[in-house]
Amino acid sequence: METFANLADGFAIALTWQNLLLALLGCFLGTVMGALPGLGPSNGVAILIPLAFTLGLGATPSLILLTSVYYGAMYGGRISSILLNIPGDEPAMMTCLDGHPMALKGMAGEALSLSGVASFVGAFLATWGLILLAPQLVKIALLFGPAEYFALFALAFMTLGGVSSTNQAKSAFAAALGLGLATVGVDTQTGVPRFTYGEVHLYDGLDFLVAIVGLFALSEVFIFLENRHGGAEADAGKVKIGRLYPPLSMLKACVPTMLRTSFLGFLAGVLPGAGASLGSFISYSMEKRLVDKEGTFGTGDPRGVAAPEAGNNAAAGGALVPMLALGVPGSGTTAVLLAVLLALNITPGPLLFTQNPDVVWGLIAALFIANFMLLAMNIPMVGLFTRVLMVPSRILMPIVAMVSFVGIYGISGSTFDLLVMIGFGVMGWVLRKLDVPLVPIILGTLLGNAMENNLRRAVTIDNGDWTTLIDSPLSIGLWSIALIGFILPLIIGRKVKAGMHARRDEEGALSD
Amino acid sequence: MKLSAPRGALAAVLIALSAAAASAQENPECIAPANPGGGWDFTCRQVGKSLQDLGLIDSTMQVVNLAGGGGGVAFAEVVNKRGDDNDLIVAASAATATRLAQGAYPGNTMDQVRWLASIGADYGVIAVAADSEIETLPQLLDQIKSDPTSISIAGGSAVGGWDHLKVLIAANAYGIDDVRSVKYIAFDGGGEAVTQLLAGSVQGFTGDISEAKGFVDSGDIRVIAILAPERLPGEFADFPTAIEQGVEAVGANWRGFYAPGGMSDEAYDAWVGKIGELYASDEWKDVMAANGLAPLDLQGDAFEEFVSKSVAQIQTISKEIGIIK
Repeated sequence: METFANLADGFAIALTWQNLLLALLGCFLGTVMGALPGLGPSNGVAILIPLAFTLGLGATPSLILLTSVYYGAMYGGRISSILLNIPGDEPAMMTCLDGHPMALKGMAGEALSLSGVASFVGAFLATWGLILLAPQLVKIALLFGPAEYFALFALAFMTLGGVSSTNQAKSAFAAALGLGLATVGVDTQTGVPRFTYGEVHLYDGLDFLVAIVGLFALSEVFIFLENRHGGAEADAGKVKIGRLYPPLSMLKACVPTMLRTSFLGFLAGVLPGAGASLGSFISYSMEKRLVDKEGTFGTGDPRGVAAPEAGNNAAAGGALVPMLALGVPGSGTTAVLLAVLLALNITPGPLLFTQNPDVVWGLIAALFIANFMLLAMNIPMVGLFTRVLMVPSRILMPIVAMVSFVGIYGISGSTFDLLVMIGFGVMGWVLRKLDVPLVPIILGTLLGNAMENNLRRAVTIDNGDWTTLIDSPLSIGLWSIALIGFILPLIIGRKVKAGMHARRDEEGALSD
Repeated sequence: MKLSAPRGALAAVLIALSAAAASAQENPECIAPANPGGGWDFTCRQVGKSLQDLGLIDSTMQVVNLAGGGGGVAFAEVVNKRGDDNDLIVAASAATATRLAQGAYPGNTMDQVRWLASIGADYGVIAVAADSEIETLPQLLDQIKSDPTSISIAGGSAVGGWDHLKVLIAANAYGIDDVRSVKYIAFDGGGEAVTQLLAGSVQGFTGDISEAKGFVDSGDIRVIAILAPERLPGEFADFPTAIEQGVEAVGANWRGFYAPGGMSDEAYDAWVGKIGELYASDEWKDVMAANGLAPLDLQGDAFEEFVSKSVAQIQTISKEIGIIK
């Protein structure tokens, strides 16, 4: 019952004009970002961080804006998947499989609205999951001493490579790079400067917001400069949208699918490192195995559209659980959100629910509101978003660059940070060329210090005895999950990943 | 002609800037060497507001946030670029003195600026979990004396930082000669340190009164000593001082201001007078009560001497624990 009282307080906080407008703005921008191929939820949130800070928003309003962008991007990704057969972001990849064939059959409108409903169901149920599960996780958080935290961070890194990246060695390299970058600055344990070369601006370490905007937003601009032509503006106009509302019978047929995949997606989201891509993939493959008796999946089966969309939106909600309750992000985008929280002087983790209940419950209420807004926005107004796909990159990219520079300068007022951001932008560009994932780098810079400090605390408390790291049942459990999470994808991950790509390629070949 | 438009604009900006610089002679400015929201930012904004409310300054105090290097960026800026600015004051605290003492502002020392006045202090506390067997400060220190490895003390600052030094000052005063044997675990802020005290990972907590208060009210922790010269008034009166338990230790996280080294004597005296008058006012007493600040009334030369003494004390302890050579 206490939960409902808290939730009511949350709605009181979220239901102000400013917050509603921010949620609306976030939902709109998020959907646009999600729809544009190349700009996914992590980029979307990263690009808008400077905006939130420049507006001088407080903690709750900033979070409402940015999580609306996050949810919005998860919705938006499906639009270009269905219309162009180009996923707007990675989690929307599976939506191409049945979404585009539906569009080719002249049912683009149905596919869009059905997937909108599926997204809504997934996100709605996941938000309930967040409400019910997060406070429980907080209760066990007092069992976490330094040794357990170290094991938890190790778990986050070891499972990160997992299914969601192409090459585990490259993920590991990226994580190591991030951890290395985190050591720059004054060591918080001893107060000794490391790798600062007497440069006082480096004493506080590399600002991870600067790193994020450089790596995600600026490298996007560099990639564009290199290619000089926008990819996707072309053929959105060719596909007829058709009728906007799916027949009731189609919705009914999809309800069991949506419920099952919401649950599955939520679970995938809660696991650190797996994220929304995994959520949509396992949702699709499970549904295919369960209900695809006639072999219609892949030829424009509505259930094949509903499954991955409910799955990836539920995963987006699930990923917020460990981020809020333990301070360990469950996906790339939540890692970015974690950085925002830290920059706002709010430490996520067990204390967040007692010290900043207004932030937590305001945020959760805002998620519900954003979800309804997105449903409203994504069904009648879907035509507007399809037009956004035609904005050429040569207009979009300068805006991204401008927002990045103005925003970062607005946060810190330091030209040094701008140079650091450009450095990260160039690094991001090089790493993308080498196909190295960027999220582990962010996770490394973000969690590196906490991970190192907890290791040193644990060992100091036990007078230099390293076995303290595996001294409690909880830490042994965490280490086991970490090891399984690291080794399992090496064995089965290749198969899964190959399946993911093969099916998409097949479809792509068929539909072109 | 194409070029002249931007040049004209540039000239206009330069003129505007120089005009601003000229008028700044009457405009008081306060640098908070950290991001908005922290203690230094509070010092600047609250003092600026109260000075104006009391009519001690005519125009609004402009607060500039110049974060970086734990205050080092602001210190270097003041020393190198604003050395003779008569309208500038900078927020400082015990953390500033600690970093100056340990040479953590590369190439800067406390003599390069003029120390104005203090506006209050947050006294240090040493606490244990509510269910701990330890009841008094001497009990805790005795246990450290007999078996240093059995007691871990958590605090929110780095090794060698102010929270750490407070325990060492107490240990030193109790006759623990090798202060390096005291096991200190650094956490990211007082809140996290208290959580670990509750989780049972550590046995003691060192921090400021303002960090501990919430957890004392909720009954989770017990304050065994406050490092103040005498008991504090009001709701803090229950906390025993270290001195009354026979440990001659005082540790205050003071808040105050410094000014550029080249500030004229007239301007320096004027600032000292204004902050002194502010400190004496009833309005400021309310501000202190609302924010958990304890009295620390030092101006001008007395403040300069206080800072210099605390820098020397921190240097001695830092050498003993090997933070500096």
